[in-house]
Amino acid sequence: MANIMVRKDATGAYSFYLPKRDLEDAIVSMEFDTPDKWGGEIKLNNGGAYYIEPQAIPARFPISLRAKRLDAAE
Amino acid sequence: MSALTREETEALIQEVLEVYPEKAKKDRAKHLAVNDQAVEQSKKCITSNRKSLPGVMTIRGCAYAGSKGVVWGPIKDMIHISHGPVGCGQYSRAGRRNYYVGTTGVDTFGTMNFTSDFQEKDIVFGGDKKLAKLINEVELLFPLHRGISVQSECPIGLIGDDIEAVSKKGAKEIGKPIVPVRCEGFRGVSQSLGHHIANDAVRDWVLDARDGAPFESTPYDVSIIGDYNIGGDAWASRILLEEMGLRVVSQWSGDGTLAEMEKTPKVKLNLLHCYRSMNYISRHMEEKYGIPWLEYNFFGPTKIAESLRAIAAHFDDKIKEGAEKVIARYQPMMDAVIAKYKPRLGGKTVMLYVGGLRPRHVIGAYEDLGMEVTGTGYEFAHGDDYDRTIKEMGNATLLYDDVTGFELEEFVKKLNPDLVGSGIKEKYVFQKMGIPLRQMHSWDYSGPYHGYDGFAIFARDMDMAISSPTFKNLVPPWKKKSETEELKKAA
Ligand code: SF4
Repeated sequence: MANIMVRKDATGAYSFYLPKRDLEDAIVSMEFDTPDKWGGEIKLNNGGAYYIEPQAIPARFPISLRAKRLDAAE
Repeated sequence: MSALTREETEALIQEVLEVYPEKAKKDRAKHLAVNDQAVEQSKKCITSNRKSLPGVMTIRGCAYAGSKGVVWGPIKDMIHISHGPVGCGQYSRAGRRNYYVGTTGVDTFGTMNFTSDFQEKDIVFGGDKKLAKLINEVELLFPLHRGISVQSECPIGLIGDDIEAVSKKGAKEIGKPIVPVRCEGFRGVSQSLGHHIANDAVRDWVLDARDGAPFESTPYDVSIIGDYNIGGDAWASRILLEEMGLRVVSQWSGDGTLAEMEKTPKVKLNLLHCYRSMNYISRHMEEKYGIPWLEYNFFGPTKIAESLRAIAAHFDDKIKEGAEKVIARYQPMMDAVIAKYKPRLGGKTVMLYVGGLRPRHVIGAYEDLGMEVTGTGYEFAHGDDYDRTIKEMGNATLLYDDVTGFELEEFVKKLNPDLVGSGIKEKYVFQKMGIPLRQMHSWDYSGPYHGYDGFAIFARDMDMAISSPTFKNLVPPWKKKSETEELKKAA
């Protein structure tokens, strides 16, 4: 499990930040993105993949979350 | 000199790598790249933020340097104790030229060095008692200080002192905040981790001090984050923001105070100049207080105008108009500067090797003068810095990460730029080679370089270096082959 931060930029696109490794990247796909179910498997632009426990969509962004690493890039 | 093609640049990298043993060669090859604007992700072409190879000359600093020297040091009304042996603080003392106003030694302490001066017995028996004593001494001798930060040097982590406990106890006794910072030099691969640790210490020990406290805010409150006021940079930036109608609540951390830091969570927008050293705290404030942050660039009129407009876009029409007015007011002055220097500097090339934000931020300023940046690199950047750099640099230019002394020398010999922008350690190497160098860390005892006023000084300084006749006279007459041969021919 890792602490991550999910941001939403002005255009509404999500981005991913991993403070521990100073990794900033765009989220290219998110498994669930509806108001009451949000999260699941997320894919990063660099090829990495993480899993966020599906939950109601956070009231505001950015938000820090715990996520499981499924597939790290590099 | 005409620019190299992609193949030539690649060949140059291979040639330079030739001298290394196999393993070192493989490692260093990953840190050198030919720029390709088509690449979306820098990590496909360049590796960064890795440990330097043993045995090569690296130009990096340590985590303590990142925390004490960069982030905390400029906060002028706090006393920053370099906790550990005397050298780390003394040899770096006042070297960064963070200007501030105040009476040094009375209410401001920027250029002074406070240290616990560890001796053998402190290493053997622990230094906590000494630190507690030091805190009381500081309070007695400098009663107008507003707080203390304890900047750990290497031994503190090694002997396992509990500086947090001492700090908490001391803070209660003197009634002022004391911030322990675990920035021992051995942490991380460069000063970069020190920035991060320092940001985390601000987050944990300072930022929430005034949560809920009354504050008269305006809709135009902003803070300047990541401007260290080198040679007065933050002042040159601040006046532009104020002129367009914004209220600058705090400056992080050049000419900044503890109170300003504590008030930052009340602002409407964080303006981030040095992304590398202070993005962490900006991200934190965005999450906790909902304050958006914006990266801006105040080097050179083109980038300044772009940035002013981007900043204004976060506010109402009054500020947008203000921004246009500021740009219109300074444009004639900038046109005059460019008209004066562009004919002298146009077409000249420059190679950069600095830290933080400058390897990409100053490119625009050089381009405004008609100059071209043919190579750039960072001491301690991460992938996201290179992501931002690739677009700024021309195709087929050279990128080098954590370059070694040898590589930089070879690159400069081959690319033969008209100017090198780097630090004091590189300065005399290149000047003896006959290539002028401007220190781009400390502005070579000049500055400011930020803002419109700064650009005028920047242009003058670059011209002074490049157009100086000195560097043409470095080769003694009897070694000037071509000329003597020509003379013979003529005779
Ligand atoms: S690496 Fe350690 S000993 Fe060296 S300057 Fe940094 S803190 Fe001091």
